[in-house]
Amino acid sequence: MDRIKLDIWVGILVTIGVISLFGLATKVGNLTSNSIKNTYSVIAHFENIGGLKPKAPVKSAGVVVGRVDTIIFDTNAYHAVVKINIDGRYIFPKDTFANIYTAGLLGEQYVALEAGGDLENLVANDRIMQTQDAVVLEKLISQFLYNSASKEE
Amino acid sequence: MVNKLLNFFEQLGSGFRARLIKLGAGTRLFFLIIIYSADSFKRIHLTIKEIYFTGVLSLVIIVVSAFFVGMVLGLQGYYTLEKYGSSEAIGVLVALALVRELGPVVTALLFAGRAGTAITAEIGLMKATEQLSAMEMMAVSPVARIIAPRFWAGMISMPILATIFSMVGILGGYVIAVIIIGVDEGAFWSQMQANVDFHNDIVDGAVKSIVFGFACTMIALFEGLDAPPTAEGVSRATTRTVVISSLAVLGLDFVLTSFMFV
Repeated sequence: MDRIKLDIWVGILVTIGVISLFGLATKVGNLTSNSIKNTYSVIAHFENIGGLKPKAPVKSAGVVVGRVDTIIFDTNAYHAVVKINIDGRYIFPKDTFANIYTAGLLGEQYVALEAGGDLENLVANDRIMQTQDAVVLEKLISQFLYNSASKEE
Repeated sequence: MVNKLLNFFEQLGSGFRARLIKLGAGTRLFFLIIIYSADSFKRIHLTIKEIYFTGVLSLVIIVVSAFFVGMVLGLQGYYTLEKYGSSEAIGVLVALALVRELGPVVTALLFAGRAGTAITAEIGLMKATEQLSAMEMMAVSPVARIIAPRFWAGMISMPILATIFSMVGILGGYVIAVIIIGVDEGAFWSQMQANVDFHNDIVDGAVKSIVFGFACTMIALFEGLDAPPTAEGVSRATTRTVVISSLAVLGLDFVLTSFMFV
């Protein structure tokens, strides 16, 4: 087989490979949807974050507006400090409420932002003051059991 | 009794020494390949010819088996997921299984069987018919002329083939799940995109395929050079290539997986 034919076939192989990689990156993976470049970060203190993990979505009204960046444990207050990156296109009032919810019955946990009514907006490195912890299922069940036990008396 | 014990230790020692020598010779071969790579890249058409033999000619078996593996994953996954009422997650299952594990591993096993054996048999026969010695007599380095082009061809074509395997497999799963069974097409792709991470899943799968390509090609080259120069020796070396490559791929896969996806 002459050299040009070999080159053509190898070129075809490489082209199919590149197309496959492109397909994997855009159609299968999240390379396109994960490219929020322009973000600002705020922090929020929680007493209990449940199963929240870095890279978990941050949603407002169900729309993904950012991602959880880092989660560290603050030994001064014994709180979890969650750093959140919010898409620069979205601005929130200063008294925004941060909750930790669960998607579905046993799904992953995410941070939900509920906008308040303040006239000033959150800027980079601000702290979200009002937070609500993740619901711990065992606590909920034990509260329910105590309640029903006290009713019977 | 004491003699038997001594005999046992002697065999253990000689077996260990023989394997150690092989490992050393294999490592030396690797460094020789790296040293002579510059010479062989000057005649790049040698490498391109080998990419044609190891890559392009493996394309048919890779595409056909990927399509069937994807279709089987689609069918099996659908019947299991349907019990839990989450048949839309079929796309995630097919994509993660292929990109993380089946793509690199099955491609490497097929590669060892299709291309590795050919390399071993070819080099073993060249050695048996003293073509390699003839080259040395003519002051042509067999490493630069024969070994290095095959090494680089394997290293280049294996990741390309694994990528094609993953993509074609996902298309096979798509054909079964969406076109034949009728899972919602939007849910199939969007759930996949939400759960397959480019850096954690696709890049790690590519790293796996590069490591497997290195292991399969090195084993095939070394067994070919190490084969006794007889017909029987070459046939045994070819068998050993398949056995050792397959075990190495599966063992390396476990090690890499435990490092990557903690």
